[in-house]
Amino acid sequence: MKMAAQVIDLQKHYDLGPVVVKALRGVSLDFPEGDFVAIMGSSGSGKSTLLNLLGGLDRPTSGKYILGGEDVSQMDDTQLSTVRNQKIGFIFQSYNLISQYTVLENIELPLHYRPGHPKLSPADHEKCERMAQRVGLGQRLDHRPFQLSGGQQQRVAIARAMMNDPEIILADEATGNLDSVTSIEIMTLLRNLNDEGRTIIMVTHEPDIAMWAKRQLVMRDGVLFKEIINEVRTTPQSALAAKDDKAFVDDEVAKAALAALPKTASADPGVGAGPGTGAKKNDNSSKK
Amino acid sequence: MFSRVIRTIQLGLKSLLLHKLRSGLTMLGIVFGVFSVIAMLAIGEGASKQAQKQIVALGARNIIVRSVKPVEGSSNDQSGGGTPRYGLLRSDLRRLQKTIPEVVSAIPIRELNREARYRKFTMQSRLVGCTPEYQELNQLRLSKGRFISDSDRASRANVVVLAHEVAVKLFPIEDPLENRAIQVGDIFYSVIGVTEPRNASAAIGGSLSGQEFNKDLYIPIETFRARIGDQVYTPKQGGMDSEHVELNQITLEVRDVQDVIRTSEVVRGTLEKFHPQKDFAVVVPLELLKQAEQLRQIFNVVLGSIAAISLVVGGIGIMNIMLATVTERTREIGIRRALGARRRDIIEQFLTETVVLSGTGGMLGIVLGLLTPFAFRMIRSFALNFVLDPKTLSDTSKMFQEMQPEVAPWSLPLAFGISVGIGILFGLYPAQAAAKLDPIEALRHE
Repeated sequence: MKMAAQVIDLQKHYDLGPVVVKALRGVSLDFPEGDFVAIMGSSGSGKSTLLNLLGGLDRPTSGKYILGGEDVSQMDDTQLSTVRNQKIGFIFQSYNLISQYTVLENIELPLHYRPGHPKLSPADHEKCERMAQRVGLGQRLDHRPFQLSGGQQQRVAIARAMMNDPEIILADEATGNLDSVTSIEIMTLLRNLNDEGRTIIMVTHEPDIAMWAKRQLVMRDGVLFKEIINEVRTTPQSALAAKDDKAFVDDEVAKAALAALPKTASADPGVGAGPGTGAKKNDNSSKK
Repeated sequence: MFSRVIRTIQLGLKSLLLHKLRSGLTMLGIVFGVFSVIAMLAIGEGASKQAQKQIVALGARNIIVRSVKPVEGSSNDQSGGGTPRYGLLRSDLRRLQKTIPEVVSAIPIRELNREARYRKFTMQSRLVGCTPEYQELNQLRLSKGRFISDSDRASRANVVVLAHEVAVKLFPIEDPLENRAIQVGDIFYSVIGVTEPRNASAAIGGSLSGQEFNKDLYIPIETFRARIGDQVYTPKQGGMDSEHVELNQITLEVRDVQDVIRTSEVVRGTLEKFHPQKDFAVVVPLELLKQAEQLRQIFNVVLGSIAAISLVVGGIGIMNIMLATVTERTREIGIRRALGARRRDIIEQFLTETVVLSGTGGMLGIVLGLLTPFAFRMIRSFALNFVLDPKTLSDTSKMFQEMQPEVAPWSLPLAFGISVGIGILFGLYPAQAAAKLDPIEALRHE
């Protein structure tokens, strides 16, 4: 299977003067094309560092990062910029749209930084509009971010991430600022993109969200702790059904019963198979 | 490439228009800087043009030798008593004419301040004994009648040509040429001509002020000698002042401009032998012209530096606001970097913004600068009508009255270039600061 991205023994150390913080202590991962991965882990586990490295925003202290068949781990700032532009699509928790730009202008933005800075062609404009329609914002091309809901802003960000046909789409807590219904909308969109063959790597700490992925990678203390294959993934249908269940529980069960809720809720999405059932220890992980 | 520049400029304009007040205020610094550069240079240019015009009026090929009253004491030993005797002599005139081959002509003048009278009208004027060549020398044009002629000289005729102002004052209604005679002292002269108004020429050494031709009375120099003589008495507080002067000025015309400076040395040398008490002065308009040119350059440098200071202040204002903008837009920078903008793209973006800012300011400044001559005239007429009394103005401020500020064409591209340069210079640091931001940090910035 062709690899979209591959990291080999990736290390990242931060030299803070008196101490050296080893944020990543040797992580090796394969992301085949069409993969949908959720990176989990508590804060300090190194998942943000890993995401920054995968996003080409930072360079590893050692190790290799092969993206689309090219080793990008030792590239300089300018080359990395081009890699970010051409091979990576970012989706952020706080959407990160440029507030003074319209929806269309935000979607166009990555095109302006293409190598050689070619002028936007009519085909480019057409593609932007098609993307906006694809995420359901075809009627709001000249709206500005503040005129949109959070979910709509995130959909603009997704359209923007898709513009240069990236190798991988990186979603950093993409649903972190959204309510559950909107989260389902966004995850449905990502799921559809993945079904079309897009490789998606997302960082999240919400187990429900992680269940949308094909597999979960759990980070701990700078190494990969375990890998979980989601044998039964959350689908748009199951998510909606589960949401109704939750709503039912919220309505019906007394407050005293709420204490028991997290257990129920986390079990809900994968009714058929809980997170634990499909779990399998990764060879690389667990020094504990 | 070109379309990219346009796009970057559009981007710059867009984000500047987002903060109209802030951009406008920032721009003001440059607007006034550029405006003051142009205005200062225009005023300097006007002043020097004015001076040049006056000097050119003296004639570039001329050497002017004037009698100078020596300091008290140094002259006494020669005159030996009551009447001081000084100045150029008729023998000097002959000597200069004959011994210096470069001298084409030598025109003598005898002059005296006297009151002219016609019936009840009087006027303080300058009685000038001269020759027919004087007219051409000073580019006097006649509005009526004729100038004095050689036959007037030969016959020592009592004829006078009135300068414009005198004619107006003495003959407010009547035609001065209709057999009128004016009285100067106790002598009557019949009017044969009236000159057109003429601008004053530059002040030259030996005469106190610039030559003003509008209060003159021209008579043949022979008539002057015959009727008034060399020894003149001027009523003075507590008695009479007397002096003995043969000629007040000799204007020498040199054949070639290149010989002027050298000839002036020869003239000075020749005269010094006969005038040990230094009762003469040699003025070379050409030299004055060169001095004026130097003065103009100094003037321009000084005024230019003052204006440059205001431009620098404007530049600092721009830098300040751009630094604030960079901080404010840190997150935007992070987003752009994440989407693939290189450091260079960020530098370009911010640099374009400052250059658009300062360039627009420069354009507005140029527009204001072009209005300087009108504004100057308005201010001047206001000042002369309501604030200053023209009668009390000194000669210097007379210059102010007549001068026309002139926007030097070269100052426009210069000013615009400087403003764009200021934009680049003071925009570079904020732009680099923006480009150096770590994209991860920038994205985290609130």
